Amino acid sequence: MSLMVLREQLNVLVNSMFLEGLLDAQFRQLQMLQDASNPGFVAEVITLFCEDSERMLTELTKLLDQAVVDYQKVDAYVHQLKGSSSSVGAQSVKLSCIQFKQFCEENNKEGCLSELNMVKHQYYSLRSKFETMLQLEQRIQAYDSEQQN
Amino acid sequence: MSSPRGGGGKEGGGEGERQIHVLAVDDSCVDRAVIVGLLRSSKYRVTAVDSAKKALELLGTEPNVDMIITDYSMPEMTGYELLKSVKESPTLKEIPVVMMSSENDPSKINRCLEEGAVEFLLKPVKPSDVSLLSALMRS
Repeated sequence: MSLMVLREQLNVLVNSMFLEGLLDAQFRQLQMLQDASNPGFVAEVITLFCEDSERMLTELTKLLDQAVVDYQKVDAYVHQLKGSSSSVGAQSVKLSCIQFKQFCEENNKEGCLSELNMVKHQYYSLRSKFETMLQLEQRIQAYDSEQQN
Repeated sequence: MSSPRGGGGKEGGGEGERQIHVLAVDDSCVDRAVIVGLLRSSKYRVTAVDSAKKALELLGTEPNVDMIITDYSMPEMTGYELLKSVKESPTLKEIPVVMMSSENDPSKINRCLEEGAVEFLLKPVKPSDVSLLSALMRS
């Protein structure tokens, strides 16, 4: 498969993520920071975001599984997840976190559980596409390296 | 506020230019990576730590820090408490401190500016925010 085709596939994928509302303009800002001196920047940030998000989703699941929910702790994790999703441009996750925070403030366990499921759904949809994105980027970079040698 | 330097990360002119050194403080690994990427794209030398306590430890040993950029909300010691510690220190008080937060809280912003912060950035921080920082660096 040619380099041009790979790049086109990557562009189509990323554009579709914007159209679906998975990503927002902050992601474009991160893409602009990637250059020859920092070729792996987007991959690094995406990887950190995914690891951090999964850690927080695990903690949130445990907290909401308790008979008596500590909404302060839940809110703290949701706040962190909202922050990191905002920083990488993960719009759909961020928006779910905003709703989640609302349920925390109301001490609404049912609402929190429902919104946790929504956040997980949004996150895993995003993660799947991020994985494809990173695979395409790796193939493009490998192709570029071959061409230079 | 004016600056003798244009945008970007070198101090002084001619040979032996020292790269401007920014200390970034944020307990979020994602936000740390993003702010480091933003600052390095402006050619600053960046040291990133995950707590205010580690920031103070580093400031005690590293003489050449030209700016501190810190998250407001951090566990154990907040960015606001870090700001106060820096401004109360005779050796550190001249270092400009920039606060970052995801919350647009006017009382929080005013409190930081009154305590001596030179700027308060709302997260997510963008390249246009970083380009403003050159004018605020320690001269």
